[in-house]
Amino acid sequence: MVRPRAPRGLMHQIPRRYYSAPSPAAKLNLPLDFKTTPLLHHTPATLSSVPNFPAGATSKRLNLFQAINSALRTALSTSDKVLLFGEDVAFGGVFRCSMDLQSEFGSDRVFNTPLTEQGIAGFAIGAAAEGMKPVAELQFADYMYPAFDQIVNEAAKFRYREGNTGVNVGGLVIRMPCGAVGHGALYHTQSPESLFAHIPGVRVVMPRSPAQAKGLLLSSIFEHNDPVIFMEPKGLYRAAAEYVPNEYYTIPLSKAEVVKPGKDLTIISYGQPLYRCSAAISAIEKTMKGVNIELIDLRTIYPWDRQTVLESVRKTGRAVVVHESMVNYGVGAEVAATLQEGAFLRLEAPVKRVAGWSTHTGLTYEQFILPDVTRIYDAIKQTLEY
Amino acid sequence: MLLRRPLLAARMPRSFVPVLASPTPMGKHRLTKAWVVFPGAVNSEFTSDMSFVTAKDLPAIPTYRVMNSDGEMVDKTRGHPNVSDEEVLTWYKNMLQVSIMDTIMFDAHRQGRVSFYMVSQGEEGISIGSAAALTPDDVAFSQYREAGVYQQRGFTLKDFMSQLFANCNDNGKGRNMPVHYGQKYPRIITVSSPLATQIPQASGAAYALKLKDLQNPNQAPRVVACYLGEGAASEGDFHAGLNIAATRSCPVIFVVRNNGYAISTPTIEQYRGDGIASRGVGYGMDTIRVDGNDVFAMYEAMTEARRRALSDGCQPVLIEAMSYRVSHHSTSDDSFAYRARVEVEDWKRRDNPIIRLRKWLENKGIWNEDMEKETRDSMRQAVLKEFKEAERLKKPPIREAFTDVYEEITEEAQEQMKELKRIIETYPDEYDLQPYKDGLKGLE
Repeated sequence: MVRPRAPRGLMHQIPRRYYSAPSPAAKLNLPLDFKTTPLLHHTPATLSSVPNFPAGATSKRLNLFQAINSALRTALSTSDKVLLFGEDVAFGGVFRCSMDLQSEFGSDRVFNTPLTEQGIAGFAIGAAAEGMKPVAELQFADYMYPAFDQIVNEAAKFRYREGNTGVNVGGLVIRMPCGAVGHGALYHTQSPESLFAHIPGVRVVMPRSPAQAKGLLLSSIFEHNDPVIFMEPKGLYRAAAEYVPNEYYTIPLSKAEVVKPGKDLTIISYGQPLYRCSAAISAIEKTMKGVNIELIDLRTIYPWDRQTVLESVRKTGRAVVVHESMVNYGVGAEVAATLQEGAFLRLEAPVKRVAGWSTHTGLTYEQFILPDVTRIYDAIKQTLEY
Repeated sequence: MLLRRPLLAARMPRSFVPVLASPTPMGKHRLTKAWVVFPGAVNSEFTSDMSFVTAKDLPAIPTYRVMNSDGEMVDKTRGHPNVSDEEVLTWYKNMLQVSIMDTIMFDAHRQGRVSFYMVSQGEEGISIGSAAALTPDDVAFSQYREAGVYQQRGFTLKDFMSQLFANCNDNGKGRNMPVHYGQKYPRIITVSSPLATQIPQASGAAYALKLKDLQNPNQAPRVVACYLGEGAASEGDFHAGLNIAATRSCPVIFVVRNNGYAISTPTIEQYRGDGIASRGVGYGMDTIRVDGNDVFAMYEAMTEARRRALSDGCQPVLIEAMSYRVSHHSTSDDSFAYRARVEVEDWKRRDNPIIRLRKWLENKGIWNEDMEKETRDSMRQAVLKEFKEAERLKKPPIREAFTDVYEEITEEAQEQMKELKRIIETYPDEYDLQPYKDGLKGLE
């Protein structure tokens, strides 16, 4: 079958960062180097050492949207209960995550919906209540708000409300691309994870990489009987590529991962900012000899892995939380409060938050509003020197 | 409750027994008519024929046109549209200007000079024909493919370019993605990317205008024009906005651009009824479907819609303007991934609002090839001049990242601005403030 040339995904064909060109003299705020970052599996060899990954599996180098596509294909072939739908899903989706899936699995299971986020979410909840495993796509996290009622009042409360009838919407996954890309301004940049994380009853997941995404998405669909909000950092769709196991595997939800062990300070983050954290860590470990920083990826934002984080900070005594969305009432506030309650006597410095400022992401100001390597570097330095 | 139609509720006996259950079948026709007086449907007649209304059996709502694709009156017996040649020439030039700007900006995106752009190719007649029927005091809410509304309502090339380049002259203070224009007067509320959110807002604004104009007899009554696409009509806000406008008798005109596609989704996957017009009827509002390639039909329909919107204590009106999205959705989209190139080429050949009006003008002898060429050249030059000027100008000062969230910058945000300043001062090599007005001082 001859397929039309794959279109460039929305927001992603633009080669340069218009409104946030790096300063020519920059040493910290450099464009992220996804080819060398230690956060990605640049060869298949490193995959086998990862817990949860299938031993001896074949693998292929995929970027994030291809890994999501691979996970969805795996899910659709694993169970005919899996459905995939949303706006523009049929032709492959504006970010190409559903490419070829309608032709492979048919338009009964993979289909376009009318343009209605509340409709998509409600439809998915209904299908899940009847035992299907709907994977609903909202085109941008910024456009999820009409679906918020369905998510907060319905999906999150379904099992609790039903009680003895036992009806629930486990198997429901609502996917949405989130986060900054450099030119998304007010409505193609948002990361509303803390809004969801305030709601008991939904699991909130954000993967950092292609291999993580596939395992976490399959886990969300098959391994948990709770509705999952699955947030995909759209800045990584094309930028982040790594070796991803070809077959079915899962990564447990609500389990954080220590992606880099260290002894002097713990950075807690998730999603796209992890790459900036990693760059800041290598910079600080170069300039401050002997310093060793631990980096934790929360992976699931709620219900979150408090023990892994507490254990790490009890060891290091210092913590910095980094996320893209606004600092006010954000994930950092919850993590900092938990550390204060659970590791107070071990803390050597106040828990620092590096996050978006308490404003909207105005187009020309994005680089000043969102956390960059410099701000993370500075926060590490200040916390170490406190 | 039910009763014979002539009876009024006031005359109903106290212990009311349905006068008419009268289910005496008399062949196909019931001689005894009875009307429903359930509060939810007072003009419905009872029937014992069980007949479902089947949408596809109803005739499709016709499409109003004045001028055919050869630029001639469809109905030669009626008079020409009530508009001066001079005015029509203005419309034509406005349509041309938008289309020339579109071509230049689409290419500018390819050259990497703007991050994003959306053209309104093929839909210039809808925007300009409808906006031409508004008064400057009327208020408009647009979606994102209505540059023509801005052009017709006095938005200058400098205004367009300042927004597109997010420079210090941009009304939106460099905060919004390109094509998210906004204008104070004639008022056009700044474009917001989320779909359909403007619809209930337009109803509320219209209600406010209605009340304010009642309170101030010196103010000529005003309407709100609300633009949206057929895709946005699937959002919940569409229902909310139309229904509330109907129940509160708001002087709002919903102009629905039905261009056949919502990004990749064709109308067949968007709805199964008779377009969007059928829904206007469902909400109890006066509704018309118009050929969007016919600027006169748009102008006449909008003029009449405006009159109706302000008649009888005000009411909402819906116009469904039919067109075809000959362009890609945006610069981020390649529509040949989901539709055949030949389909688009066919449409381009078949009809176009600009070519149609040009034929009209040429038929009237007030336009010719030389004028066309000269006008196009000078418009192109004008766009490029403003383009270069706007591109060169500084971005607004960095403090604008924090202003206008609240009326006053909060204490918390002030501290964040100080912290940002400290960071920039501590790591001066990491930030390039040169593009921003007043550099680091712009943060104070």
